[in-house]
Parts: sequence; C-alpha cells; structure tokens
Amino acid sequence: MNAPDLKLVVDNKAPLGGTNAAAGVSRFHESARAQVAGAATYIDDIPEVRGTLHAAPVCSPVAHGRLKGLDASAALAVPGVRGFIGPEHIPGDRMLAAFAHDEPVFAEGTVQFLGQVGGLIVADDVMTARRAARLVKWDIEALEPVLTPQQAHAQQSYVLPPVHVTRGDAAAALQRAAHTLTGAFEVGGQEHFYLEGQIAYVLPLEQNQWWVYSSTQHPGEVQHWVSHALGLANHSVTVECRRMGGGFGGKETQAGHLAVWAAVAAQTFRCPVKLRLDRDDDFMITGKRHPFAYQYQVGFDHTGRLCGLELDMLANCGFSADLSGPVADRAIFHADNAYYLEDVAIHSYRCKTNTQSHTAYRGFGGPQGVIVIERIMGDIARHLGIDALDVRLANLYGIEERNVTHYQMAVEDNILQPLITTLAQTANYRERAEQIAEWNAGSPVIKRGIALTPVKFGISFTATLFNQAGALVHVYTDGSVQVNHGGTEMGQGLNTKVAAIVADELGVPFERVLSTASDTSKVPNASATAASSGTDLNGRAAQFAARQVRQNLAAFVAGLDGVGAGAVRFEGGQVITEKTTRTWEAVVGAAYANRIQLWSDGFYRTPKIHYDKVTMLGRPFYYFAYGAAVTEVAIDTLTGESRVLKVDILHDVGRSINPAIDIGQIEGGFVQGMGWLTTEQLVWNGKGYLQTHAPSTYKIPATGDIPAHFNVALWPEPNREDNVHGSKAVGEPPFMLGISVFEALRDAVAQAGGRPQAMNAPATAEEVLRACS
Amino acid sequence: MLARMKPPAPGQTLRFLRRGEPVTLSHVAPDRTLLEVLREDLRLTATKEGCGEGDCGACTVVLGEVVNGQLTYKAINSCIRLAHSVDGMAVWTAEDLASPAGDLHPSQEAMVRCHGSQCGFCTPGFVMSLFGMYQNTGGGQGITREQAQADLSGNLCRCTGYRPILDAAQSMGALPLPAGCGVDEADTVTALKALKKKPATDTPYLRPGTLAALLQARAAHPKAQIVAGCTDVGLWVTKMHKRFERVLDVTGARELQRIETYPHHIAIGAGVTLTDAFAALVKERPQLKTFGQRFAGLPVRNSGTLGGNVANGSPIGDSMPLLIALGASIVLMRWKKTAAGGEIAHRELPLEDLYTGYRTNVMRPDEILAWIKVPRPTAQEQVRVYKISKRFDDDISAVCLAIRLGITDGRVTMASIGAGGVAATPVRARRTEAALTGQAWSEDTIMAAAATLRDEFQPISDMRASAHYRTTVLGNLLRRLWLESQGAAVIQLDSLQNVEALT
Repeated sequence: MNAPDLKLVVDNKAPLGGTNAAAGVSRFHESARAQVAGAATYIDDIPEVRGTLHAAPVCSPVAHGRLKGLDASAALAVPGVRGFIGPEHIPGDRMLAAFAHDEPVFAEGTVQFLGQVGGLIVADDVMTARRAARLVKWDIEALEPVLTPQQAHAQQSYVLPPVHVTRGDAAAALQRAAHTLTGAFEVGGQEHFYLEGQIAYVLPLEQNQWWVYSSTQHPGEVQHWVSHALGLANHSVTVECRRMGGGFGGKETQAGHLAVWAAVAAQTFRCPVKLRLDRDDDFMITGKRHPFAYQYQVGFDHTGRLCGLELDMLANCGFSADLSGPVADRAIFHADNAYYLEDVAIHSYRCKTNTQSHTAYRGFGGPQGVIVIERIMGDIARHLGIDALDVRLANLYGIEERNVTHYQMAVEDNILQPLITTLAQTANYRERAEQIAEWNAGSPVIKRGIALTPVKFGISFTATLFNQAGALVHVYTDGSVQVNHGGTEMGQGLNTKVAAIVADELGVPFERVLSTASDTSKVPNASATAASSGTDLNGRAAQFAARQVRQNLAAFVAGLDGVGAGAVRFEGGQVITEKTTRTWEAVVGAAYANRIQLWSDGFYRTPKIHYDKVTMLGRPFYYFAYGAAVTEVAIDTLTGESRVLKVDILHDVGRSINPAIDIGQIEGGFVQGMGWLTTEQLVWNGKGYLQTHAPSTYKIPATGDIPAHFNVALWPEPNREDNVHGSKAVGEPPFMLGISVFEALRDAVAQAGGRPQAMNAPATAEEVLRACS
Repeated sequence: MLARMKPPAPGQTLRFLRRGEPVTLSHVAPDRTLLEVLREDLRLTATKEGCGEGDCGACTVVLGEVVNGQLTYKAINSCIRLAHSVDGMAVWTAEDLASPAGDLHPSQEAMVRCHGSQCGFCTPGFVMSLFGMYQNTGGGQGITREQAQADLSGNLCRCTGYRPILDAAQSMGALPLPAGCGVDEADTVTALKALKKKPATDTPYLRPGTLAALLQARAAHPKAQIVAGCTDVGLWVTKMHKRFERVLDVTGARELQRIETYPHHIAIGAGVTLTDAFAALVKERPQLKTFGQRFAGLPVRNSGTLGGNVANGSPIGDSMPLLIALGASIVLMRWKKTAAGGEIAHRELPLEDLYTGYRTNVMRPDEILAWIKVPRPTAQEQVRVYKISKRFDDDISAVCLAIRLGITDGRVTMASIGAGGVAATPVRARRTEAALTGQAWSEDTIMAAAATLRDEFQPISDMRASAHYRTTVLGNLLRRLWLESQGAAVIQLDSLQNVEALT
C-alpha cells in the first residue's frame, strides 16, 4: 500500500536491508489514515474530564510601562467566570524556569510588550473566559517602548552580551581589497503559524501530582517549568504529547508558558484546566523568528572571491533571552553558508526590544546567517558584472584547503561543488539566465529573474549537552512491538521513521511496530525535538534499544540451535538460523516462557562534537547537510507583485529512510522559506502593537503560490559520518533554499533597472516596487 | 469543586442531516457557531479550529441542499457560520466520509497516497474541500491543477508546501469508490425534504422563507442582527465576542436566492452566494474570472453573499469598487403597513450613495438590502478590475481599482471608476472620471488621469501598505489599462501563470 507513483522520488532504489525492509521506502505517515478521517487526536480533541474549566489570557494593552495593578472586578461579575489567576497564585517560583531566568510567569512590576500575559480568567467555558479576559483593566504608567534593534543597539540594551567571532584581520584585508562594498539590510521575523494553536490541558492527579497534555516539542522542559512554578519535584509532573498540529520551533519553549499558566490555574482551583489560545492571542503573545538587521563591509578580488568581511548582526530578541543566545550563535555559525571566509569579523548583538520574545523557528538563526552572505554574493556579482553563480563557485569551501570555518571546524564532507554544478546543469541555469535577460529586454512591464543559492547547514544542537536521546522498545508476548522515544511528532514523520528503523532492527514488518505518545514518565530528560536532530538522535536510540532486544532473542535462539548468536538472522518476520526458521511470534513466545527480557532501553549521544562556548571555536556540528535550489521569478514593475515560476531543488538527505517524507520536508521547508521572504510580513505599529495578528492580515503561502514546475531530487550519497541508516537530518536545511526566491527577485529588480541592494525582506509587492523605482 | 450546572442556554431547536440521519439539538443559542456545535455539543472533533475567522480552512465542512430538485454541495467554514443557518441542510464532516467498514473515501485515500498529510491538523479541512470538489465534478473527474489551486485557495497548510495536496486533488478521481462511501443522493434528497419545516416567526434565530416574511420580521425586530453568509459577522462573534439575542438571516427568502436577467441589467438577490454571484458576473464579463477567484477563498465565497459584502460596507470589501465601476444600483426594501395589512416598499439608489462613512450607510432600521442590479455589458465598454494584495489568493486588497470606460471613435465617452482601500468607504473616483471623459483616448490623457487619480484620495498607511504605495499603484494601474488597450503582450503576472517558464 505504499505510494504507487511518487513522481518526485529520484532515489527509489531497493530498500536498505533487503526487500522486506521498512526503511528506505516511502511509507505513509503512521497517522495518515487517522488524520484524513479526522480520527487523529490533538489535545483539544481529548474528551474533557468532568469539571474541566477553561482559561483565557489577560494581555497587556501597552508595550512598556510600570504595572501598578490589574482590576478584574468587571470580569469576575460575568456569569460563568470562576476567578482571576495572577502571580499571587503561583506556589513556586514566579519566574519561569527559562535558562536566563528573566521571564516572569505573569507580568509583575513592569509590562514589557503589548500582549504580555498578566493573568488568566478562568471560566466554565472558553468563550466566557475570553470575553471576560477583555474586561480586566490594566493600571499601567506607560514608558517609552524600544521597538527596533537599532534603537536597542544604540542604547546598548541587550538580553545577552554581544558575541564576536573573528579570524585573521578583517580590517587589514578590507584595506588591501581590490573591491569593496558596504551594505545595510533588514530581514523580518516570521510567525510560525502552526495550524494547531498553542494549547495545554492540565489534570490533577492524587497527592499533588499533575498530568499535563501539552502541544510541545519539548515535554521535558514543560515538565521542568511546571514543577518549578508549582514548587514541586520534577517527578510529580508528567507531560504527554501524542502529536502537534505543527511546531516549526514555535512549540519549543512557548508551549511551556501555556502549560505553566494552566497548571497554576488548575492548582488554584484543584480542577482540570484547559488553556487553548485564540489565534489572535497566539500571535500577540508568542515569540516569532528573530528579525535581524545587518551592516557589512566586504572586500573581494576581480573574480568575486572574498578577502575580507566585517559584519554586524543585530538580532531583535524581544523582551527576554528565551533561546536568543543559541539562535544568534547559529546565525554566526551560518554567516559563511557555503563559502570560505578568510579574514572575517562578525559582531553579534542580542537586542532587547519591547516586543514578543522571539524564539526558535526552523533554521534557528541559520537562515538569518545564510541570507546575508547570499545577498553579498548577489551584490558582488552585479558590482563586477558577472554571473552570481560564478561568484558563488569562486567562494565555495575547498576540499583540501580553504576548508576550515571561521569557527575552526574543518568541513570534511563537502559536496557543494558537485551538487551545485549538477543542479545548474539539470536546471539549465546558465542558458535560462541568458534567455531571461533577452526576454526582459523585450518586456517593459514584467521582468524575470533567476538565482541559484546553496545551503550548508550544521547538524547538531550547538548546546552539546542536548545531543543525547533515549528510547524504549517493548516487545509484547504476541510479537507486537511498541517504541517510545524522547522525540515528538509534529508532522515531520519522526514516528514513521523510528518505527521503520525498529522494524528493520527486529526484522519484523513495519505494521508490527507502534510508536506511542511522547511521555516524560517513559523516557526522561529528553531534549527538544529540534535542530533537525529528531531522527538522528531518537532513531539511533530506538535502534540501540531494539538491538538489545534482538541480541537477547538471538542469544536465546542460538542456545536452542547450538549456533553462534551472531549467526541468527531476523528478517521478514522470521528468525533464521542455519538449522531452523521460526516465526518472530514463536520466538517471542518461547523467549517469554524462558524469562528472556523482551524490552529494553536505548541511549545515544552524538560523537565527535565539542566547542568552547566563550570563544565559539570548535566542532559544534557532527556533519553538514547540503542542498541547492534554482528559482525563477517574475515581477510586475507597475505594482511590485511577484510570482515564482519555476523551482528546481537538489538536496542532500544522505541515504533516505523515507524518500516521500524527506521530499515533504524539502518542499514544505522551501515554501515556508519562500513565505518568510515574500508575503509574510509582521507589522508592529509605533506603539508596539502587532497589526498582523491573524491569517487575514498575515499571509503565509497558499496553494496558488506554488509553481507547477517544482522539482525535487535527492543527492545519491549516504552520510559520510556514521549516522542512523546513513541518513542526514532534513527538517531545517531546506528552509534556506527559499533564499533563492529572494535572490531571484533581486535579480529581477536589477534587470528592471532598480536597486536590488536596497531591497529588504520580506519582498512584499510594496518592497519590490520601492526597490524598482 | 465541580462545575455548576450551566443554566439552559436560550435558543431553539436545530436539525440537520448527518450520514442520512437527522440530528436534533435543542437550546442552541442564536450566536453559536456550527464549529462549536460540532465539537462541543456533538463531540465531533474531526473538524478543527485553526483561526476562527474563515481564513485557514481547518474547519471546512460540506453542506448539502436541494436546489431545483438537485443536491448541491458547498464547502464552507464552520468556524464563522452560525449553526442555525444550516437548519434543514445536510452536513458532512471528515468523520462522515469513510465507509462503515473503514474504507477511506477517494478524497481521503488520495491524500494518504500522495503524502498530503504531515502534521494532519489542516487535513480534515482539505479533505472536506476535496470532497466538495469530488461531489461537484462527478467523482473527481477532470480536475486540473488550476482548478485544484482555485478551489483549495481557502485552505492553508504549513507543512507540505501543497504539491502533494494538489496531486491528491488531481488523482482522487482515478481511485475506486469503496462500497458504503458515496452519497446516496436520492435518499438524501428525500431525507432533506422530510426535514423541512415551516420557518418560525418568533425564535431567536429567524430565517424567513419569503421576502414578505423577511421584511415583516425586520420591521418587528429592528434590533436583530442581520446576517447573510456570516463571513464577516461571524468574526464579530468569534473575535469581538459580541452576543446576539436575535439574528435575522436573509438567505432563506426564496425570492432573494435568485439571479434574474433583464435586457439591460441582471439583478442579484441578497441571498445569492458570492460563488453564484461571481459566476453570473463572469458570464456577462469573462475578464472578471480571475478577480472572482481571488475574492476570498472558496469556502468564504460559498457562504458569503454579494449583498452582504455590499451592505457591510467595509472599506476594503472588493465587490464594491467593481460594482461602482459597472454602474450598479441597489434596491432597499421594507415592509410598509397599509390598511389592507401591508406591502413591500422599495427604493433604488446608486451603490456608491449607500455609504455615509466608515461602515455607516443610509439604510433605515426596517430596511433590507434586497437586490443588486448590475448593468449588462455594452459593445463600447472596456472593463478592467485590478486587485493588489500581499498574497495573490484569499487576501484583502491593499488597493482595488475597477474601471469601466466607453470609447467611441478614439474618444472616452464615459468613465466609471471605483476604488477600494483608499478611503473610509469604497468610493467613486469622480475627478479621475472627469479627467478622462470627453478626452482623446491617448497616452497623454491616461497620464493626466493617472496624476489626477493619485491626487484624488488620501489613503492611510496600515499593515497592508503605505499611503505612498497605494497612491503610486493607483496611477500605475491606469497606465496598465492603457498598455493593455494597446495590445501589449504579457504585462500581467496572471498571464505568465500558464506560460511555461523559460526552459
């Protein structure tokens, strides 16, 4: 029942471990059949326990001010309202257990952004709670808000100290450079727009223990935050998440806030409490991708090869640190993208503004690093009058030399040159670039543009300690298998891949393996499902767990048959020795009867990685994932509107565990990246009010924005590092292929006689028209 | 501390058909949404809330009604649709498509096979849009990529990038229909007829079946909230948290469900959906097709009405600039008491005279916008309508400009221009019309008119666009009109859509 005609699968060779293997095949998402029938349960679909109350947040109406008090009397008079929950109801720490310890659970003393939650209204039903929450009056002495990173930088207002990474002498290199360019640039943030909004449902258990349903990428952190706020030990709180309706980084830390809020309310009322954010409140409260502002000076020779770069990166972090430190770090680590930076000085400022606290978002700072160097490549090419692809090729990392990053990691698995040139050929890049220029000469209003941009993305959490994972594999006496791991399913197909890995390890059909909900009482202390690492970490841990069970069974069967345990094979639902072939079920039943352990844990930690958090030097990444995209666009020089006409992608997922799922990640990531840089514009007004706070005003790509020509091919080479099944991580890297859309738009603007160097992102119609004139 | 018993909600009985069987709910408040009733009262949780404002499509369900003896299917947004508006209809959700034996419907099976579901939260909504297409295309036959893109424009997916979903739309017609999956249309029609009841006259949610009854209800309940498709008023409930004690739904009146064609105009009743209204307008003027498709997503067009869009009078409503340019008028009706009991009184006025300011108009409390009269095309006219927005589909205009010109012997004999997004109401560009009328049809005339148009309005800057952008583009759109009239090739991005990119 697997996809009969997956037309985009290029690497559809025989599965990895023989014809019966589960991995290497485009299996359907493990929940697909339930999802299409509406039978897949999200948190709001869980039958409510009797007595469940509903909470709604009370949000600050101003961006910055001294908070004198909240008056909930009007809200409390509404029939059906049970109460107001504020800081005084928090039994534990009133500060969230975020690592910088700089976020109050509920605003106290000051309000720091418009939308900040000062408390909750709890009511019998959700609409009553929401209605009443708007009746709570804030007494605030308004202060001047800081709304741009430039403002914050000028005031040296940072959430974390600046970080500087240098190699060589950039200033001297710029002095002696044949050519130099300076530039300034801004790229906007991005709302995650997971289709399932943030939600938590907290249930009291006996003896001050709590069960928390949370739509979260990081159940362990939710557990930690909730117990911290309730003043309890971690073991008193269990967090479960079967699946999320999308995460994209937006449910890495942000889900914790909701769970804490709901838990405080549940603790106060000793009732189950559900907190489901209305979409507008979700926009107003939760953090987004960090907007960045840049200034740079770059030196280069007549071929466009860089010889010096000074780069200032201002990250708009919002009012608190959240994950801004590692996000801004990753921007530094990706400011090279595919290119060797010889003499370089990068200055990263983590600017504190009175806006939502910006957070993890697919790519995690990587896109904000990659886009600036890709922009520089395009500008150099236009300055020199040569093709941008040639400039990019001239700057690529080398194999034997020019192969060490500015943070001192050797790039050992570099496939950039062959990958890019293959794509340029298959997509006919050079001929099309010529034809486009010719076509544009005869087209007064519509102008086309084209760009090829690569990506090289570092895989591993930069916080080395997070690169660990655990899993449990249970084999039941009927031979059915359950796998549980510390990762979370947000649509990316993690459970499907892990189940396939376990099935192959045990030699059983895919259907025999069931992935179960993430649950902090099963695998503890799990890292966030983030950094693209879900399968690398949890897939390996599950493989090790399954391997342990298999070894137990192999030893048992070896004893029966008098053969070596290594000679026992598990495949196709059978257990085979040179003497006997038994069914998997028969072996499991017999092993149980002989008191053989049929379940095991597995643990994995990524090898080789290390780096110095102070100097930022070392090997933060286990390996790199690569890819490239060619995008052709057209712009309308009368209105600035644009369309993407054609996309060709060649991407490296190593040896694919599931080509259809990987292609889904590549296509989805590309389109999300395209949205970030085109239609998705976050607009805060002069008072810090986010005006684009719903899909009516915030426009993610729709079906009509997808070109008919949208080809994705997979690079046919396994991971050179020892990674699970030879695969590579795929969640984030393709997001940055969307940068090809932005560079193609700038090419079109240039061909229209405009000023591409003046164009900021997102390239809305207005921004394109501004750059054209 | 357990929940107190909730006081019984004021409300009335709601009945609809599900899987061929009537579902009856009592005490449904008049401002309760269909999504709330499905999820909370019936515990049917397949249908999701993504945004609560009809922009993401996660809440899409399909409604069935008998029209001229035929069962018709419409995918709509349940999150902003008031529940009582589906009284007497058939409702399908994603729970209802698979066979009793568990076989998936082709609209579902295709989504599985094409890997069209990742996180799965938008999926039931997409499936319902696909199901609507399936039913409306004789089992998913002949669906092109373009049609799939147009009909799925009201469903957002954040995971897949849409390609697999578009593949599913095009491939579902080739899949077998498992036994027990299809709709038995004859049975459904019979069951729907059995469900029909006489419209009540004093319930909280009123949906009179005739024009006279509607107008009498309006006179009797001047404070009732008037709704048609509820695609804007629904947000007053979900987002502004308004409560309505009484709702008067105009869409039940038989007379107003019609589109009537006369020698010089067509008349579109206030109960006609945007889908049907645009179909009629496009039939008259095929160049309006793209504009019609860009007018919200399909589920909104399937619920919303042209009359509602006009009566609502939002400054960014897209139909008004077009209707103003076309010289449309509106007919307001009320119930006038007479010695004999009463009669329908009416008055007609040019559409642009309806509005007095931001969302205010000249309608009396007992009046209802009953008809929109749109002049039919003439041989001399040139009509163009331009919509500029951040996203091509399902977005609100930054600027909307509609132009109708009469050109005879190289002269502009008449000009009628409507503009949206440039003032507190949709407006007529009278100064620009004057700058064109009587002038030679030339580039000089157009450039002069463009300067006038840029000067005629003082739009605001907001999250959709700056004032500067809006004025710049207004003038540029006139320039586009000129270029188009001179036969310039490929000057619109639309025209590139079906052109293969350079190879």
